[in-house]
Amino acid sequence: MSIVQNLLDLIRQEMATHNVSTLHSVKIKHGKLTHVVPEALDFAWEALTRDTEFEGAGLETEEVPLVLKCGGCGREFTPEGLAAMISPCPYCEEQIGHELVSGRELHIEHIEAE
Amino acid sequence: MQIPVVRNILEANDRMSAELKKLFDDRGILVLNLMSSPGAGKTALLEKTLAELAGEYKMAVIEGDLQTDNDARRVAATGAQAVQINTDGGCHLDGSMVLSALESLDLDGLDILFIENVGNLVCPAEFNLGEDACVALLSVTEGDDKPEKYPLLFHKSEAMVLNKVDLLPYVDFDLDKAAGQGKRINEDIQVFPLSCRSGEGLAPWYEWLRTKVTDKKG
Ligand SMILES: [Zn+2]
Repeated sequence: MSIVQNLLDLIRQEMATHNVSTLHSVKIKHGKLTHVVPEALDFAWEALTRDTEFEGAGLETEEVPLVLKCGGCGREFTPEGLAAMISPCPYCEEQIGHELVSGRELHIEHIEAE
Repeated sequence: MQIPVVRNILEANDRMSAELKKLFDDRGILVLNLMSSPGAGKTALLEKTLAELAGEYKMAVIEGDLQTDNDARRVAATGAQAVQINTDGGCHLDGSMVLSALESLDLDGLDILFIENVGNLVCPAEFNLGEDACVALLSVTEGDDKPEKYPLLFHKSEAMVLNKVDLLPYVDFDLDKAAGQGKRINEDIQVFPLSCRSGEGLAPWYEWLRTKVTDKKG
């Protein structure tokens, strides 16, 4: 819920900055590690936009995969499944010291408005 | 028209967290954000810590996870200041809730502020609260694969407390497995297997707190 509340605040700010008044849709990206569940976001979006100036606007979500940089050989890889952060590197099998390259994102990408 | 935005959705909270951090830094208060599943024993750990370190430090608690009225009484009985946050059913605390809780706290001379987050391993990790460190608490009555299931929490935490080790003979929990997973997610994480009931393992936890307070005061 509060993710969507924060999102709505940002959209209002951006729409004011760009002098637009009708929101058609918003696109957000969420990293795999954030455990964001798109269905839950959709639900919150519906609930919090109902009877507001944003009623009917679409919410588009895109998951950003987890990408790690190996602590051993430095190459980047995308591990499978939940054991993500402790996956062995597919190149050198190192299991520790991986650096997070992506997967923590939680940001707006763009809004469609006029 | 399409308007590119690229802003962090939680930027307002991050900003609030940075302000809180500065306020705590200026006063030299160590702030710890405690996160766990419900029932893992955050209140028990706080109760022990507040009672046993009462002679050394002035401590306070912001409680976001009261399961019973009893919890509040247990904390109050130690003599520490405690303020409860009503999250309105929310699954985590955010910076603005901590800020409003501060209105009911006397920060003068405070050494440690514990923030007892809402019992939930997922959402709280996304919301910074101006803390110096996050502490992830598990009990051995939970699965020993929690670190790999909730990597972000352990990635963010400086310490991992494994509570209720007195129950190890009766449960199917592999301490080394859980600790090992935590270490692989975060090499620097400090692991504290302990029991608030028997008191075993609490000494290293207190020692870590003392070090953190000393570091904070510079
Ligand atoms: Zn490698």
